[in-house]
Amino acid sequence: MTDSILKITDLQKSFGMLKATDDLSLDLRAGEIHAVIGPNGAGKSTLIKQICGELAPDSGSVEFLGKEITALDVAARARLGLGRTFQVSSLAMEYSALRNVMLAVQSVQGSSFKFFKSLAADQPLRDTAMHCLTEVGLERRADICAAQLSHGERRQLEIAVVLALQPKAFLLDEPMAGMGAQGSQRLTGFLDQLRQRAPILMVEHDMDAVFSLADRISVLVYGKIIMTGTVDQVRSDARVREAYLGEE
Amino acid sequence: MGNLTIEYKLNISIVLLLLAIPAIALMLDEPFYITLATKVVILALAGVGLNLALGLGGLISFGHAAFFGIGGYIAGILASHSLNAELMFTLAGTEFDGTTNMLVIWPLALLVSALVAVFIGYFSLRTKGVYFIMITLAFAQMIYYFAIAWPAYGGEDGLSIYVRNQFMGLNTLDPMIFYGICFTLLMSVLLLVSKLKNSHFGSALQAARQNEQRLAAVGIRPFGIKLTAFVISAMITALAGALFADLNRFVSPDMLSWHTSGEIMIFVILGGVGRLFGPVVGAGLFILFEYYLGGLTEHWALFLGLVLLAVVLFARGGLVGLIAGEVKHD
Repeated sequence: MTDSILKITDLQKSFGMLKATDDLSLDLRAGEIHAVIGPNGAGKSTLIKQICGELAPDSGSVEFLGKEITALDVAARARLGLGRTFQVSSLAMEYSALRNVMLAVQSVQGSSFKFFKSLAADQPLRDTAMHCLTEVGLERRADICAAQLSHGERRQLEIAVVLALQPKAFLLDEPMAGMGAQGSQRLTGFLDQLRQRAPILMVEHDMDAVFSLADRISVLVYGKIIMTGTVDQVRSDARVREAYLGEE
Repeated sequence: MGNLTIEYKLNISIVLLLLAIPAIALMLDEPFYITLATKVVILALAGVGLNLALGLGGLISFGHAAFFGIGGYIAGILASHSLNAELMFTLAGTEFDGTTNMLVIWPLALLVSALVAVFIGYFSLRTKGVYFIMITLAFAQMIYYFAIAWPAYGGEDGLSIYVRNQFMGLNTLDPMIFYGICFTLLMSVLLLVSKLKNSHFGSALQAARQNEQRLAAVGIRPFGIKLTAFVISAMITALAGALFADLNRFVSPDMLSWHTSGEIMIFVILGGVGRLFGPVVGAGLFILFEYYLGGLTEHWALFLGLVLLAVVLFARGGLVGLIAGEVKHD
């Protein structure tokens, strides 16, 4: 249980005078859901961006599956098996739901430099993509273009895309954002199952979801992790109550 | 699916029309129409090249004249050496002569334009939007001024090719035969581009236009996809340049100037950005305007400008979009 899939060590990132990430260390272990919570402006998005490769840290390292990946770009990290979703859905809007997932499948196959083989006629690729859509319950919306999907459906589609990548770790940036009560509940159930495939590091505001899902929680305040512990430990910690839950 | 069928029918009609032009020209006893149609076909080919980068990849290159001109100059330079019986250059003791064989000229035009496109693309594709437009323009202008300043091949005055280059023993000076060669090339390239558009690569390329962040997040590096598309696009436009030099039997720095880049872009926008036959329709319309309105007034470009304005304001999909409706992805 203690082997780290993802390990972040002494990460530092400043924007001018602002320390967005301050000597931050964190790990994700096999089989767990590790939630990162923190008030607005705590540096959660900056952290996610450094893990997935969109932003280079000033110093520190990111290790994934025992390999240093700090210098790799987004695409290389994704190919290694770091599957991330976005806080605000980021999809190919003109493509149908199915085509969005097919893009991920063709990446896994490494077939993006096939110039003449028809994509539409690639039945195994379609089937794999369809299977991922079915898993998130979007199979009946497969032919609808992403721009015409509802907000909740786009979130589901993002999950389907990330499933198609068969990642070794999930990196979810506020998966519950704007899902509504019912949607959040369904997604919570889904993520609970998902941890069996690969561990999940998620940033989330929805405390109900965090407390029901997370094996461990890290609390981020002003770029620093002030504590990491189980749900009960975090709930009863005075510093956390002060920094984050105090208003409750 | 209904829209796709209309576009398909439209494309077939255009092919049939292009096929019928020689017969129509003979019937009307206007052989000049064949030359005009040849010009349309060659310019369309240049547009098909740009359309791959611009339409599918969203890469607004304002420097495709560079590739058009490189194709032209390769045809011109090789032919001039051959026709004047002058040695081209000596490399490691081997002597290289010029040639008038299109089957040597074309591959060389493709190769050189590909190398130049790798260089230009490698730097330009690190920028986006207006900066990409400007940097491609800057590279093309550099080559333009180089051609002007290079006296060996005519400099500002350009370079004449006395006889059209050779193709498998055919009489290429016969307008009908030369039209046939150009038409066949255009059709082959269109077939290739339609395959490319529907391939795995085409899917990634069109995703790069829509959302690069998404493409990277699934593990496909947008840079490699875009650079590949830019190079293929340049090669197609260079092939058109080589044919254009043969059509006019003349190459000049005009082919490299930013006006040419603009005209190639106009073909694509008029006909329909990202539509397979868009540049063919666009180039056809352009030449019709130039020939008929140009015969009435020297200010024909003003009317072309008005049409372009109307297309940009009211028919974003160009003429093909107007007739066949919006693009639908499956």
